[in-house]
Amino acid sequence: MSILINEDTTFIVQGITGREAVNLTRECLDYGSKIVGGVTPGRKGRDVHGVPVFDTVQQVVEHNGGRVPDGSVVTVPPAFTKDAVLEAIDAGIGLIVIVTERIPRGDVAQMVEAADARGARIIGPNCLGLVVPGVAKMGGIGGPAKNTEQAYQPGSVGVMSRSGGMTTEISSTLSAAGLGVSTAISIGGDAIIGSSYAELMPLFEADEQTEAIVIYTEPGGRMEAQLAEWVAEHNSRLPIVAFMAGRFMDDEEMKGMSFGHAGTIVEGKEETATEKIARLEAAGIPVVERIDAIPDAVRELGAHA
Amino acid sequence: MRFYEYEAREIVKRAGIPVTDFGFATSATEARAIAERIGGPAVIKSQVLTGGRMKAGGVRFADTPDEAEQHAEAILALEIGGHMPRGVLVDPKAQVKQEYYAGVVWDGTRKRPLMLFSDMGGIDIEQVAEEHPGHVGRGHYSNLLPFPDYQAKQVIAAAGVTGSALNRLTPILARLARLFRERDMTLAEINPLAQLGDGSFVALDAHMEMENEGMPRQQALLAELGIGADEGTREGHEPSPFEAAVKAIDAADHRGVIQGKDTGFHGNLGLVIGAGGGSLTLTDAVRGHGGRPANYSEIGGNPSVAKACGLAKAVLRKDGVEKIAVMMSIVSNTRVDIVARGVIKACLELDKDPAETIAIFRIPGAWEEEGSKILDRYGVDYCDRSVSMHEAAGRAVAKIQGAAA
Repeated sequence: MSILINEDTTFIVQGITGREAVNLTRECLDYGSKIVGGVTPGRKGRDVHGVPVFDTVQQVVEHNGGRVPDGSVVTVPPAFTKDAVLEAIDAGIGLIVIVTERIPRGDVAQMVEAADARGARIIGPNCLGLVVPGVAKMGGIGGPAKNTEQAYQPGSVGVMSRSGGMTTEISSTLSAAGLGVSTAISIGGDAIIGSSYAELMPLFEADEQTEAIVIYTEPGGRMEAQLAEWVAEHNSRLPIVAFMAGRFMDDEEMKGMSFGHAGTIVEGKEETATEKIARLEAAGIPVVERIDAIPDAVRELGAHA
Repeated sequence: MRFYEYEAREIVKRAGIPVTDFGFATSATEARAIAERIGGPAVIKSQVLTGGRMKAGGVRFADTPDEAEQHAEAILALEIGGHMPRGVLVDPKAQVKQEYYAGVVWDGTRKRPLMLFSDMGGIDIEQVAEEHPGHVGRGHYSNLLPFPDYQAKQVIAAAGVTGSALNRLTPILARLARLFRERDMTLAEINPLAQLGDGSFVALDAHMEMENEGMPRQQALLAELGIGADEGTREGHEPSPFEAAVKAIDAADHRGVIQGKDTGFHGNLGLVIGAGGGSLTLTDAVRGHGGRPANYSEIGGNPSVAKACGLAKAVLRKDGVEKIAVMMSIVSNTRVDIVARGVIKACLELDKDPAETIAIFRIPGAWEEEGSKILDRYGVDYCDRSVSMHEAAGRAVAKIQGAAA
């Protein structure tokens, strides 16, 4: 089992002829993912690693005998992302991974509202997508298929991370320790994202393969507070271990500076690393200080290899 | 992107919200002319991108044009919180009956804009919310559907306001809500929103911040306000020489992405690390081992040799840097051999021995074997993913502390 995607998941790549998109298409195909079409307006008739390219999402659906793909990976320039996502939602696509960064918050909020209205889910923006080890991946997460295989072993831990690269670092550590990963999701580094930790928790909760959760987090925003509230309100069977990066940002001299991701800026006192760690620990979520301490912390809370 | 008060008031005015007949001056003579036009008592306000103006003496009252000129001269020479003012705002002194607060911010959890309103204006809204929660109204609104006035009315009513004030305030908050959306703001605040003796309302101060990502499509407004591209995003601090150098190296080559910051860093261990979350993690790890980072950096996206070399050189040239640590999380698309070549080239060009200068090299990823060969040739200490980020940082710190001892 897994969450969001499985071996039967079909998806498209919007913006498929872009440099990064060509790479991620190759990587996903090599890993075994089912990419049923690509969209770049004006490029109909081409193909990318054997994936046919169309002008519209609707054309992909027609080409596939009226079957709507399960998902879309959107990697188009920020000024065009909203339109691409609305097109995917309108076509009835249920899972949209937005890779693009530097999208204004107003656009993200509009996409999320439109997705909510149609029952679609957005992952990202500013993310690398998700992977179910040994089964499928959707997005550039983990890089080339052989690197992804090396870092991600199937296992019992669900991973959610605000950093794409650290999703892989943590998963690699869990895999090397023999715990492995059920589903790993790069949720995105922006101030507003389609799916937060708390919003993804019910899916992991319902997934039998998942026995524990690891989150990677940073200063800025209230997503950790939201997770702490979720944990307090639900009697979850899943223990959670957190890793907090960017503790140095709490220094007086760093006030108001942004590091790493667009959403990683402290705008209110509850958004500092110190406050977040206190809040998570009060909710019974241990916050470890090193990535290599994660496997032991997970085992201590009862997950199995 | 932060706006000065005189710009924020102009933005509010363009949205149809009433403002006073204020003027902006960059000299005392200009300030005097505005005071003469106003023809009565005036307020002279320093135009700086920082708080605490009142306390610092950056806001003064003048009864005559002479006084206005004197105050303007003093304020124009007054540094506040490390900032020199861009000019002064000259405002007619208003007869205020009551002060209100109106603001809009993003709620990242609900993913919607949030209106805030209070009949206790003129002070910090967070303080009001804490001490007088009954005097603050709140309401989220759709960022997709047209904004209806009644949502603004509900928020104002929830703060306990009724009567003709409610009806006069509703279009003001509604316009602020629409402005926030249309202008890609992350903060739009009128405080105080004043009710004058005749019952009318006017924005007496405004605070606006635009999202940097929204700036490309707000060029027309920025141009109308006289804000040129040379002003950038008006970060809180001037870029340091290191920050400017790294930016220039990044812009010169489209392959890969590098970033560097050293504001607030004063150490001896230069960091060539990346990217994003990896840089945050490694900076913490170095400090956790008692090390003193000389900078923050990010390198990724498969940079060219020139770019990796440029970043390493910029770090090595910083005052006080004794060694550098080159560390990354597992990055599969960045070629290890290219980063290794770039960093070694930087050492050699600055007449430094790579084996001595590079405290540790940890970059797992593509072309690892090629990278190892190069590092071996120069005797550089390196490790792969079997050594954790934390351990790699520890080795770098141990080495620099050992060298100092």
